[in-house]
Amino acid sequence: MTNAALDTTLSRRQVMIGALGLSFAFVATRLDAAVRASSMTGKSLSPWVSIDAIDGSITIMSPATEMGQGSTTSLPRILAEELDADWDKVKIVAAPPIDEIYGNPGFGGMLYTAGSNAVRSYYEPLRIFGAQVRRVLLDNAARRLNVPVSELTTEPSVVVHAKSGRRLTYAEIAAFAQVPAQAPRVTAADLKPTSAFRLIGHDTMRVELPNKVNGSAQYSIDVQVPGMLYATVLRAPIEGSSPERINDAPARAISGVIRTVRLDYGVGVLAQTPYAAIEARQALIGNITWSRTGTAQGFDSDRASVEFARAARDLSAPAKPWEPRGNAAAEMAKAARIVEAEYLNDYTYHAQMEPLNAVASVSPSGDSAEIWCGTQSQTMAQEAVAKALNIPRGKVTLHDMLMGGGFGRRGHRDEEFIIDAVLMAKAAGKPVKVIWTREDDVHNGRMRPLSAHYLRAGLDANGKIIAWHQRIAVDRVLPFMDPVRYESAMGRDGIVMRGTEFLTYDLPNLMTEQLYRDTGVRTSPLRGIGWTANIFAAESFLDEIALARKTDPVALRLELLKDFPRGRRVVERVAEMAQWSRPRAQGRALGFAFVDYSNTPIAGIVEASVDRASGKIRVHDVWCTIDCGIPVHPNNVVAQTESSIVYGLGMSLMERITVKDGAIRQSNFFDYPVPRMNEIPEMHIEVIRTDNRPTGVGQMATPVMAPAIANAIARLTGKRLRESPMTPDRVKRALA
Amino acid sequence: MAVSFTVNAKPATSDLPPHTPLLWVIREDLKLTGTKFGCGAGLCGACMVHIDGVRAFSCQTQLSQVAGKSITTIEGLSPDSSHPVQKAWLAENVPQCGYCQSGQIMSAADLLKKNPKPSRAEIVEHMSTNLCRCGTYPRIVRAIERASREG
Repeated sequence: MTNAALDTTLSRRQVMIGALGLSFAFVATRLDAAVRASSMTGKSLSPWVSIDAIDGSITIMSPATEMGQGSTTSLPRILAEELDADWDKVKIVAAPPIDEIYGNPGFGGMLYTAGSNAVRSYYEPLRIFGAQVRRVLLDNAARRLNVPVSELTTEPSVVVHAKSGRRLTYAEIAAFAQVPAQAPRVTAADLKPTSAFRLIGHDTMRVELPNKVNGSAQYSIDVQVPGMLYATVLRAPIEGSSPERINDAPARAISGVIRTVRLDYGVGVLAQTPYAAIEARQALIGNITWSRTGTAQGFDSDRASVEFARAARDLSAPAKPWEPRGNAAAEMAKAARIVEAEYLNDYTYHAQMEPLNAVASVSPSGDSAEIWCGTQSQTMAQEAVAKALNIPRGKVTLHDMLMGGGFGRRGHRDEEFIIDAVLMAKAAGKPVKVIWTREDDVHNGRMRPLSAHYLRAGLDANGKIIAWHQRIAVDRVLPFMDPVRYESAMGRDGIVMRGTEFLTYDLPNLMTEQLYRDTGVRTSPLRGIGWTANIFAAESFLDEIALARKTDPVALRLELLKDFPRGRRVVERVAEMAQWSRPRAQGRALGFAFVDYSNTPIAGIVEASVDRASGKIRVHDVWCTIDCGIPVHPNNVVAQTESSIVYGLGMSLMERITVKDGAIRQSNFFDYPVPRMNEIPEMHIEVIRTDNRPTGVGQMATPVMAPAIANAIARLTGKRLRESPMTPDRVKRALA
Repeated sequence: MAVSFTVNAKPATSDLPPHTPLLWVIREDLKLTGTKFGCGAGLCGACMVHIDGVRAFSCQTQLSQVAGKSITTIEGLSPDSSHPVQKAWLAENVPQCGYCQSGQIMSAADLLKKNPKPSRAEIVEHMSTNLCRCGTYPRIVRAIERASREG
């Protein structure tokens, strides 16, 4: 997780700063800090920042978990900026799972890394904390130097009194500093102006990268605990189904297999070696009779997509409004012309490179547990284990490991892959590493939901869109992935419905409706959440409207963005970069799409061609502009945008999960291909720097890809592709 | 019967069943966990190692096949991350989640050994064996070009 080992043996004078309670303690050891802070605030505190009085190192806690998105570096860097810390002296340490201190303000104070919102949510609190610590150092230096604090400034890790030429390093101050009982008052006005930033907006190498080129980076799958056994779990193909009859003789006959364990939802195998566990899992296939229980029994995704589409277009089918505005129905009735269209989005799978796995150890009496896992939520991981064992959360020791990809898969309330390890460890009476095979990871996958979209737009005599109406029949996500959050959201499923609001488009009369569907299929937030499906529909539809109006598609977006200059700027710039008006070579065309993704405006243009014989679409180039406000780590904004584009490309062209009789049909990368190097376009990305507060970057380009590609193919062939992914068979059918 | 071979220039022996994939021998027995399990089917390249100097899927190589052979894993590519490919990987800030990167680096090192000055097309062809779900491909290309240039 970090480039510095957690130093738990400090026995020197340090300044320790607690957060949220904002108690400060000046203490001899880390342990004492917690005690002292506790005595002042009535609750146990852990520091955000510690400054070592001897070597000047500055330890900063990182509250976000790391799946490659870079928050481990970005968040401490924000604090270090206002502290005016020497970045070379900063050590980053994974924050302990204490929600009260380190919780994500964007998720109600839970430790949860998702929604591209780590920087967005922590940005202001971390700047304030950093500035408060700096102020304490300044006040102490002023007393020691006997000068007014207003005469002091800081350079990286040094307080400077320019008048006398005297300097005190942060380490020197830490050796004598007194910490006030109350945190110094710091407001936004006391923070650095953007122009004074040395760290924010400047590139650095992410702290964990050196370990990722020599094999030393530690993921949960790499953890080895003395006496550990290995396990696999063959889960029921359908959520809610159980093993009824188990013939485990073939599995037990495999050398190295210890025994099988019946679980409510599957059959586990305990073995001496991982490969014996994998072979035994294979030997269980066909030897378990599963109960015919679970909502998804008999479910067929092909049939469902027809049923969903029928309901979406049937205006009498019951539906629930989602963030409507104006009066779409009344304005639609006045329209000079109505344009309508339908779109479909399939189930898709995360395909993070590390198959899910976890290591667990349960105490003999079952009253405590230790887990090693890669999770997007330390809170959920601890709570799920506590619930499974019926023990307090505090009895669950969590080791949060690097994640070999997340993409939304590792933040479900039940954290079922961790529970596999806990239940198997409990059964074994020894530590156990549970490894899912790739086939398990696909079959037990939790998908972006199936959705069918019906859209109608009312245009006035001048072609202006005066009414917008969308009906979406979509499998539910939030009630399945996080019932707690669904309840607190009062039954609103933002995971599927976000991306339909178009707050910065000039669409004054807008009605979006959700047709709730519960198929029983396992579903999940997946990179881009509802935006990937909803923007495919809406941005494709806008090109159809532009065609109906005989307006240029980019001009139509600029018209809709009339009150949103940041949006216009990314659109104008991307059109310039791609030379939107320049005719392309024979057989190629450009397609455009825009998204204002949670206050990050982003625009993309693709240049694509299609092989009519095979139906295979090729994307040659992508131009993309993104305005995420102040880019905290600019090179990482580019990296995340490249990543989002490649991910979106796969979802657009090749990634499709189908379900028959409730079970997922695909099983590995041969029938669930994801983009390879020979399939990716040239990418031309420009980060447009503005002084707006930072917004998300981790998934913003993903939803741009499908509509931009479909729009390019429509301009090239005159045929509209209405289903995502646009697989060769579908393209061939459309072009026939 | 135990199988003997060399890993990162050190002798190694395993008495696991002979059909055990080399991947699991390396990872769990020899505790060289930089080599990763991704698909178990030779489709993703996360498990890539060198056997007698040539890249190979360790998940598709049985223990019995490596008797007497010399295996290099990511941990043995250089003692201090000083292999030109590793240096270039950092210079270009390639890794994101990092899980596939050992395999990518082993594939890239294999390419440059055979072809020190590969064309862009040769890089793409060779590296399309390895999947990266984070989509670090453009940086991988740049890093290989840099390693080729800087040696």
